[in-house]
Amino acid sequence: MATMVQAIRMALHVGEERLGVTDVFGQDLGPPLGGVFTQSQGIKCSWNSPLDERGIIGCAIGLALAGARPVCEIQFCDYAYNIIDLLKLGGGMYWSSNGQWNLPLVMMTPVGSGIHGSIYHSHSFDATATHIPGWKIVMPSNPRDAYGLMLSAIADPNPVMFLAPKALLRAKALPGEEIPGEPDERALSKMIDAPLGDRSKWTPSWPATPDLFIPIGKASTVRPGRDVTCVAYGRMVPLCKKAADELASDGIDVEVIDLRTLIPYDWEHLRESISRTGRVLFVNEDTEVTNFGEHLLRRTVEELFYQLLAPPRLLAGAFVPGVGLADALDTASVPQKTEISSVLRELARHQP
Amino acid sequence: MSTTPIQEHFYPDTKLSPDVLIRLHELMLRSRLLEERLIRMQKQGDGYFWIGGPGEEAFNVALGLLVDKGRGPAHDYLHLHYRSSATMVAMGIDPADAMRQMKNTATDPYSGGRNFVNHYSIPEWNVVPVSSPIEVQFSMAPGTALVQKRFGGRGITIVQGGDAGTAEGDFASCLIWATRPGMELPVLMIVTNNEFGISTPAAEQHGEKRIADRGKAFGMQTAVVDGNDPETAYLGIKQAMDYVRSERRPFLLEAKVSRLYGHSSSSGANFVTGESDCLAKFEKRLEERGILSRQKMDELRVQETQALLEMSKRVRTEPQPKGPTIYDHVFAPTEVGGEAKARQDAMCAVANPAAINNKEQS
Ligand SMILES: Cc1ncc(C[n+]2csc(CCOP(=O)(O)OP(=O)(O)O)c2C)c(N)n1
Repeated sequence: MATMVQAIRMALHVGEERLGVTDVFGQDLGPPLGGVFTQSQGIKCSWNSPLDERGIIGCAIGLALAGARPVCEIQFCDYAYNIIDLLKLGGGMYWSSNGQWNLPLVMMTPVGSGIHGSIYHSHSFDATATHIPGWKIVMPSNPRDAYGLMLSAIADPNPVMFLAPKALLRAKALPGEEIPGEPDERALSKMIDAPLGDRSKWTPSWPATPDLFIPIGKASTVRPGRDVTCVAYGRMVPLCKKAADELASDGIDVEVIDLRTLIPYDWEHLRESISRTGRVLFVNEDTEVTNFGEHLLRRTVEELFYQLLAPPRLLAGAFVPGVGLADALDTASVPQKTEISSVLRELARHQP
Repeated sequence: MSTTPIQEHFYPDTKLSPDVLIRLHELMLRSRLLEERLIRMQKQGDGYFWIGGPGEEAFNVALGLLVDKGRGPAHDYLHLHYRSSATMVAMGIDPADAMRQMKNTATDPYSGGRNFVNHYSIPEWNVVPVSSPIEVQFSMAPGTALVQKRFGGRGITIVQGGDAGTAEGDFASCLIWATRPGMELPVLMIVTNNEFGISTPAAEQHGEKRIADRGKAFGMQTAVVDGNDPETAYLGIKQAMDYVRSERRPFLLEAKVSRLYGHSSSSGANFVTGESDCLAKFEKRLEERGILSRQKMDELRVQETQALLEMSKRVRTEPQPKGPTIYDHVFAPTEVGGEAKARQDAMCAVANPAAINNKEQS
């Protein structure tokens, strides 16, 4: 079964073969490395850009304006902070030209903690990204979704940010998270993982995977439940699911929803679940002040107040300047499973 | 590296024909009068903010006449800035459209009343949207040029900005991306140097004597032209363009220009004395050379002024955009995951209850 990074690679391959992707570029995305996480190994139209994030996003905008279909990458989302005005410009292109220029481009960037990336390789980008109108924003939590969301992102006529939770890039897919048509793990690795050492003569052999479009804007219920709704995305999804599975033995039945798309988010899906359970926890890794989960919480309070049986909650990253390197600092910075479990338990037991 | 030696200056030995000079004059005059009309509109309350390019007509009209106008990579892409109105006039815009943008009417073809005056956007002519942040166009230009490099042909990317803006990293981005060995891009980089940021003189902003020299470190062809002389400007631009068109390599052209009405309406938009006026100088020369008489030029001025006044009166009566249209064009419609479109609309609407109410009213 594919890892998420292999899934992204297969999607980029489908993108260049069947969906018109013309460029996959950024720092180190071309040969020989094929991306610092190996996400673009074997992609024919991949190339190395100068180490210039503003140039990367600027060039992607220019390419899209001239009819190309680029996928560009900011090597770590922590370095996307120096392109904010260009993101605003790209996101605003369709609106400010009154619908004359759309930008069919994808910007992918690895996000979040979990690989001991310290202060500048652990940040989240969802709060900042969701504050820039005009972008669609997706964040997969498993290989299948990564594949399907990337295809949808590529095919979309708008700029789409593909936030890749780096802690999950190499995680094994669970049953149900496989991509149709993919061979078993070892065979796949032989086919599409570049060998170490000299790669100059290597070419990948791609499995026949289908055009599986996971619609942008659609959440999925990864674990149905009666008592509490838990809404997460990216790396927090498997964590919340694990916490929920454990709570089941205490008779607490948690419904876990994977948002999958942050903008435009699937409010109908959330509303249905929260109205049913009356209790909700939003979980993400970004710093907690002015957090995207706060928006969801605000909307929950404004629209579903009388259906709530407990105060809705948000668990997010600590509002500190970075994620520290040491284990204890890393884990103290972002939500952990025990914390998620205990808030879910409190919510389930809360009596109005 | 570059195939021909780097040039220090242009010394054009060819002369332009009287026909071209007359055309240049007509367009320079129309551009000037349009800007003066726009300033007046703003001062009379028919618009909130003016920024534009009086003083740059000699250079910008010449540029507009030389552009290969059309849609797609076979033609030139233009990444301009807010002082480029004369280029647009020379390319053939309807001046009324600039007034519509000034008056932010729903009929403004460039932004539907959303953006400032002189912020053009014309897909049919590859004029990509002009944006307020200084210099970002220099980051985007390599993208369109890359498409043109692959496409072949003679289409080039033209990117233009002011001198103060060259301090931004985007200018360096363009130098770097346009000159990678073996991947040189067909970009004509233009700096219109009026010696000022908003109020900060050039000398307080940067140490290099000539901005064009920055291209030399990248092995680029560079030149400085007198942008206040339409003949020199025309021939200089043509020479630079021809190089980019045929060599498929970048060129950095610095044009010395004037800023006749200050920075924008925020600095008063009043005529500044002490700056060289390219139109007045050109008219004097045309008269001396016997190409146009003073009387003829005066008549033309009266005619154009009248036509622009009539236009502005008409534009004044055109409708303003409706508030709830702010939700139009946030996203381009998509076929992929079609059902998500409804979700998108629901999200926009419900997240802004006022919008729903407005929608019901309208
Ligand atoms: C990134 C950015 N910073 C600041 C401003 C505010 N601003 C508008 S015009 C201007 C001066 C630009 O000077 P120059 O590049 O020489 O162009 P000119 O207007 O003189 O043609 C400034 C600072 C801006 N629009 N964008």
